[in-house]
Amino acid sequence: MATDMKNKLTIRGLKLWYGDFEALHGIDLDILAGKVTAFIGPSGCGKSTFLRCLNRMNDRIAGCRVEGDVLLEGNDIYAPDVDVVQLRTHIGMVFQKPNPFPKSIYENIAYAPRIHGMVQDGPDMDELVETALRKASIWDEVKDKLQQPGTALSGGQQQRLCIARTIAVQPDVILMDEPCSALDPIATAKIEELMDELKQEYTIVIVTHNMQQAARASDYTAYFYLGDLIEYGETSQIFTAPSNQRTEDYITGRFG
Amino acid sequence: MSDASKSNALRADLRADKRKRRRARADMRFKWYGLTALGLAMLFLVFFFVDIISKGLPAFQQAEILVQVSYSESVKSNYNRAVDKRYRKLISRSWLRTIPMQLEEHPDMIGTTAEQWVLADYRVDQFLKGHEGHKLKKKYQKLVRQLQEEGKVRLAFNSGFFSNGDSKLPENAGILASAVGSVLVLLLTMLFAVPVGVMTAIYLEEFAPDNRFTQLIEVNINNLAAIPSILYGLLGLAIFINFMGVPRSSALAGGLTLALMTLPIIIIATRAALRAVPESIREAAYGLGASSLQTVWHHVLPLAMPGILTGSIIGLAQAMGETAPLLIVGMMAYIPEAPHSILAATTVLPAQVYTWSGESIRAFEERTAAGIMVLLAVLLSLNALAIRLRNRSEQTW
Amino acid sequence: MTASTVFLWFFGGLIPLAAMAFWLARGKALGEAAAGKRLHSLPSFHGWYAVVWLAVPAIGSAVLFSLLHLLHIVDVPGPMLLATAFALGSAGLWLALRHIHAGFRARQAVEKVMRGMLFIAATISVLTTIGIVLSVIFESVRFFQVISFWDFITGTKWQPDTAFLIGAGRDTEGVAPPLFGSVPIFAGTFMITAIAMAVAVPVGLFAAIYMSEYASHSARNKLKPMLEILAGIPTVVYGFFAAITISPLIVQIAHAFGLEAAYTNALAPGLIMGVMIIPFVSSLSDDVIKAVPQSLRDGSLALGTTKAETIRHIVLPAAMPGIVSAFLLAISRAIGETMIVVMAAGLRPNLTMNPLEGMTTVTVKIVEALTGDQEFDSAFTLAAFALGLVLLIITLILNIVSTVVVRKFKQRYE
Ligand SMILES: Nc1ncnc2c1ncn2[C@@H]1O[C@H](COP(=O)(O)OP(=O)(O)O)[C@@H](O)[C@H]1O
Ligand SMILES: [Mg+2]
Repeated sequence: MATDMKNKLTIRGLKLWYGDFEALHGIDLDILAGKVTAFIGPSGCGKSTFLRCLNRMNDRIAGCRVEGDVLLEGNDIYAPDVDVVQLRTHIGMVFQKPNPFPKSIYENIAYAPRIHGMVQDGPDMDELVETALRKASIWDEVKDKLQQPGTALSGGQQQRLCIARTIAVQPDVILMDEPCSALDPIATAKIEELMDELKQEYTIVIVTHNMQQAARASDYTAYFYLGDLIEYGETSQIFTAPSNQRTEDYITGRFG
Repeated sequence: MSDASKSNALRADLRADKRKRRRARADMRFKWYGLTALGLAMLFLVFFFVDIISKGLPAFQQAEILVQVSYSESVKSNYNRAVDKRYRKLISRSWLRTIPMQLEEHPDMIGTTAEQWVLADYRVDQFLKGHEGHKLKKKYQKLVRQLQEEGKVRLAFNSGFFSNGDSKLPENAGILASAVGSVLVLLLTMLFAVPVGVMTAIYLEEFAPDNRFTQLIEVNINNLAAIPSILYGLLGLAIFINFMGVPRSSALAGGLTLALMTLPIIIIATRAALRAVPESIREAAYGLGASSLQTVWHHVLPLAMPGILTGSIIGLAQAMGETAPLLIVGMMAYIPEAPHSILAATTVLPAQVYTWSGESIRAFEERTAAGIMVLLAVLLSLNALAIRLRNRSEQTW
Repeated sequence: MTASTVFLWFFGGLIPLAAMAFWLARGKALGEAAAGKRLHSLPSFHGWYAVVWLAVPAIGSAVLFSLLHLLHIVDVPGPMLLATAFALGSAGLWLALRHIHAGFRARQAVEKVMRGMLFIAATISVLTTIGIVLSVIFESVRFFQVISFWDFITGTKWQPDTAFLIGAGRDTEGVAPPLFGSVPIFAGTFMITAIAMAVAVPVGLFAAIYMSEYASHSARNKLKPMLEILAGIPTVVYGFFAAITISPLIVQIAHAFGLEAAYTNALAPGLIMGVMIIPFVSSLSDDVIKAVPQSLRDGSLALGTTKAETIRHIVLPAAMPGIVSAFLLAISRAIGETMIVVMAAGLRPNLTMNPLEGMTTVTVKIVEALTGDQEFDSAFTLAAFALGLVLLIITLILNIVSTVVVRKFKQRYE
């Protein structure tokens, strides 16, 4: 596999428990910088759980315990002196259901940069908001209604707003947990297009249920099953010549 | 920038720096606000209970004096002669007063003498308990001290507090009459409010058509729950007493007034309990050909029972502590004897607490606090019971 | 015969009669079944059918007679009431027994009656409201016939001392007219309410935030009952505590700062009322904070914000309508609270901004007017109903506004 420095994230021996239930049984995985990595697998196999480990969103869940290492460019993100809050500015996340804040579109974007003290309110902020919305290819649709509530947009627009909101913090990695599962095919196509552009600047990890989406949009694919990483490799290889029988069964739709 | 130095910058960024520490501190501060708020509430509770208990605890003991009592014939006409003049002022008149009656009942006692412990005057009691403002004259203070050395004064358990009704003499005042009154009033309250409340809830949840009148009832119940209790007192006064002629101060007037006040609480709790019964159970019963009333009676109500019970207990506790509407319907009368009918003048525990708290004699203060302790003990047990029930019933679904 | 013995005789007679009716009718139905006919309804429904036919006429006539009696229209002696009621009941029973045969739809008939009873129960709550509204309006109208509404609402002097003369129909020449200006009374109410809210809102809100956002599940389960204790303490007890412990404390503290404070100061009842309302505010706020979807918190935290920032900028603004509605309900609680102010606040209306001075409230004046030995018809007692009317209007408005606000809020997240 690639050398350490091309790895954005290096995961070694990651185990996770919800109370007594072991949801992940020791995962080793390298996520490469500037690529789109897709996680696939039957539901309940631990894809979301694993994804949420990467920016420590699982910290919020009572009774959740993690063992093993997750390194962001060689830095252990579970080290005791790491500030979780700061970590999440480097590794952003987009959720399954679009969750815009009940504020205006402008405020949805400006909220985090303001809190992080990135820019002052005023022309600088306007510019930042515009850039973020442009990068998320939603600027043209909302530029005339920045003061309207974000919740009034369509589902697909809301999800792109959420992506724009994440971009505005200028993270290194964007985690997406089934970002299209609540969207119609057209909105899905737009988001896939968007991912293709975003990977120039960001490392993207996406959980998806949709095989075509994984095949179309990702460079690398990881197949999970019952809390284990079964197979990982270049997407083209996984989808044409999987080395594991289970992976093949899943991809060809024989189960899952 | 080389890859290595970039990684170092990232490493530094992930560590806490000044700005991040400031934000982390703000985060902690916010958490502390919450803790402080809860701490304040807790502190108040501790202060409150310590204060009430320290004020009320002494009332559970009462001073008694060992004196020579002579039941001579002349005592019948003047009970003051029963004890040595020296001690007369130390002894409760409420006890002396009962001697002639005792002699009427037991004529064989006439002519005997006995050394016995008798209830002391409240001033002696307060003096012994070291309360300021006991108002015991200097010369009697000395006498009491002397008796104390001889072992002829003691503080004994105050059983009179539980077996007497109200009295103008603090040493003789007890909570029996008001406790009986409370039981009577609450019985009437629940007898009316629980069936009507549960029936209303069943109607609204299971049978009511979705029309204007149903909506009116719903809005109305929500509003009723928010109406200040004193307005129920005005209702009781105007409708039950002035219009219907229910006697003022009677348990019936108080019970009906409280019942109307408790009604919304029971309706709201029962509706929630009924709503929590899964729809599948109703469908199963209907599927077997049960009528809608049979479904409710055989399947829904039994399952909703814990919730209904919880709501009723909470309503009962509310009604038990309520005072304002009862003052308005006149239930703050001076009631030395437990009521024997629902139409007789009655008082209730909280009203007794209120009247005692307004007494000018300081000795009533500890009795007020003791009455509060009894009231709180009952109410907190009721609430604890309701919480237990609620937690249990939550677990089943 | 006293009312309670009539009562006793009535139910003492009715219950065995009902049991008999049930048994007779059920027996008849069973007899039909034994004769080989198929019953439409279960035998017990026939029994209940007979009970209904017995009880409805009996209770109905008894209630009617009692009402006539209470309204002094006809004076019905107890034995006659009992005799009539039981005679009508028996007639009903006889009719019911004649109805019973195998094909009779007893279940439908009984259920119809039961539904009717449920409906009647449901109307009682409406009647209660009507009763409250009518009782305050009727007496208030009588009050406003004597005292002008405008003077009542805008007057700044409350001096009703000579009101009893008017009530007694005495010549009022030469005496100062009674004044019923309610402004100082409402000012006192609002002052004490404001103090209470200043305590209850921050403490209740922060307690709710801590419990719903920071506390672990087990800590929450311990903290909530503790706050509920505060709600379970009767107001008369709070009143005692305010009057006997807090008021003197405030006087002493004020004295230490060189300030004069009255024993009936507004601060003591205000503070204690605030404590009383804390659980109310916190549980209502807790509900709405919990109703804010988890996904909004996740969204915010994933942007690298702290928990406090998420709460301040996302959760609280989203929950704001609900919190506002809790706030309004708490105000209406405070305005209508009676015992604390009756025991710890003053009796003298006093228009002042100084919370250390004694002042009085609407509810105090209502209690004062209706617990004294005044004639019920004097303007002084009628004033209580006028004050009650204003109180009713204020609480209803607050309640309706808060219901509308919270419904909007709930709709947003459903
Ligand atoms: N908060 C939680 N508490 C306990 N168990 C959980 C929690 N979240 C997920 N799980 C369990 O962990 C396993 C993996 O879940 P998840 O990561 O959501 O799967 P996926 O996203 O692949 O469908 C499942 O068995 C699920 O039931
Ligand atoms: Mg998932």
